[in-house]
Amino acid sequence: MVDAADSAGRADSAGPLLEARGLVKTYGHVQALDGAHFTVSEGEVVALVGDNGAGKSTLVKCLAGAETPDRGEIRFAGRAISLPGPTAARRLGIETVFQDLALAPDLDPAMNLFLGRELRRAGVLGRLGALDRRRMWAEAATAFRELGVELRSMRVPVATLSGGQRQSVAVARAVAWATKVVFMDEPTAALGVVQRGRVLDVIRRVRDRGVAVVLISHNMPEVLSVADRVEVLRLGRRVASFRAADTSLEELVGAMTGALRTEDAA
Amino acid sequence: MSDNTDIDTVPAGAGGVGETDRTDRTDRTDRAGGAARAASDRRGLAGLRGRLAGANVLWIFLVLVGLMTFFSVIEPNFTNPVNLRSIAADNAPLLVLAVGMTYVIISAGIDLSVGSVLIFSGVVAAKTMLWLGGGADASVGAANAGWGVTLAGCAAGVLGGTAWGLLNGLLVAKARIPSLIATLGTLGMALGAAYLITDGTDVRGIPLNFTRTIGFGLALGVVPWLCVIAAVITVLLGLVLAFTKFGLRTYAIGSNAEAARRVGIPVDWHLIRVYALSGMLAGVAGCLSLAHYTTTTISGHTTDNLAAIAAVVLGGASLFGGSGAVAGTVIGLLIPAVLQKGFITIQVNPYWQYIAVGAVLVLAVYFDQLRRRARERG
Repeated sequence: MVDAADSAGRADSAGPLLEARGLVKTYGHVQALDGAHFTVSEGEVVALVGDNGAGKSTLVKCLAGAETPDRGEIRFAGRAISLPGPTAARRLGIETVFQDLALAPDLDPAMNLFLGRELRRAGVLGRLGALDRRRMWAEAATAFRELGVELRSMRVPVATLSGGQRQSVAVARAVAWATKVVFMDEPTAALGVVQRGRVLDVIRRVRDRGVAVVLISHNMPEVLSVADRVEVLRLGRRVASFRAADTSLEELVGAMTGALRTEDAA
Repeated sequence: MSDNTDIDTVPAGAGGVGETDRTDRTDRTDRAGGAARAASDRRGLAGLRGRLAGANVLWIFLVLVGLMTFFSVIEPNFTNPVNLRSIAADNAPLLVLAVGMTYVIISAGIDLSVGSVLIFSGVVAAKTMLWLGGGADASVGAANAGWGVTLAGCAAGVLGGTAWGLLNGLLVAKARIPSLIATLGTLGMALGAAYLITDGTDVRGIPLNFTRTIGFGLALGVVPWLCVIAAVITVLLGLVLAFTKFGLRTYAIGSNAEAARRVGIPVDWHLIRVYALSGMLAGVAGCLSLAHYTTTTISGHTTDNLAAIAAVVLGGASLFGGSGAVAGTVIGLLIPAVLQKGFITIQVNPYWQYIAVGAVLVLAVYFDQLRRRARERG
């Protein structure tokens, strides 16, 4: 079913759902990932933290199929896989909210939600490619309502929405389609306090659905409030992994800045 | 609940928020993003307000109606059927070009080659007709050839146009050459090829059945065949753009190609098809032009590309991609056409047309810029 799978290895339901082993990625002279490890399990919220340039976004891009690592292994449900593109990741049920949101500003929120998965009409017209906009509007309205995203209209271009609403649309799109893993790169960056709380609610609700959520954030109190686990990246490697309940702000910052050395570090 | 709570802060389905309470809030904080229910009631209006591109089309339509009224008040003869028919027939090939250009511009590209490809296709069609249907008498050419020869020639012309379009698409999508440069290159190449094939002299002697029906004939004795063909193509491709997956993805790619790529849309393949469509339509326009002028007119059409671009932009499309519509393009094409005929009818020097159209075009783009800036601020 999955062309991305190399079909090596056995299925292991007890192990992590998605796992990175020793990922290496260089851009010219810049070593973005230097043997990075990462794991996330079903129904778990993992926060990925680290200083600027620690490799968080690159790691997420590799795991979401937007970049191909130079070396290292990605395992999904216990099997080694390769992700040649975002489509391959999406077929596995992995969705991503990118930092730049990746929305088409001239299209309305519903068309953005269904972009690449457009619903077509039934019958001959549908076979000719005719869209079922009415159904897309209706289903998108339901999806946004479930997330508590309030949009004045489902039919105005996304460009006319506020930054926070745009971010909500991007989050809603990822959450609506994800069945296994959602990556969110700074999903609350453009949001006000209340909308931020709502996105965190959404993250918890998605987790309760059994979906794994990986959250990149610079906001440590937010991380500690929503995450089950925190993995710390520094200079392209995982330097620490904490249970959120057992750690503190000081410990996280210590691991991020290198003041505190733990696992994986040379 | 505290009075200073913004409507945005009320979680959907929050308990304890009375219905009247909620409506009251919506009224007070109208612009803050209202409740979903109120939004759906006002959906039509909000959708209209939001669709500024649509509003652009409305404005430009009013301009067209104004012009028609103006000319027919001064000279009542302006709106007689013969006059209107000749406006329509003269502009039919250009309309076909402009429809293809609409797709290209919405995808955030440009196709400068259409005029040259039109000439090339006309030459290929004419040469094919002469080759297949030419008798011993060179001065007659293929004038008496049958419909089979005509159709084969047209097929060759359309194929030739499609081939140039495919090349444009490959250059833009695969070689990543900016469309302005890629199609400037093929503009020169297609024109050069047309001159090489013909040695720089127009091809004559194409089948009379072709020129008499498609070129000058009237369908049902009323509408020129040229217009029927152009109208069918326009309506069909207008519907495809507005209502199909292909159309939606054209807007999406023009709006944000990277976003389209990330959701798995085959962007390169889509762009290749868009440019191939434009080339194919230039091929069709070449055949229409051949029928209308009974010869290849290789020295004409040099500004057809600019006329087509002007029509699309006047019609409300943005050169940045992502917005526009075929209906707008039709109106954007008719404005210069009406101005030209109108100036002749009221005995004003028709060269004024160029100045008027140029000014309107600059204004149209200026308003598009204003709209974009306002949108980015909002």
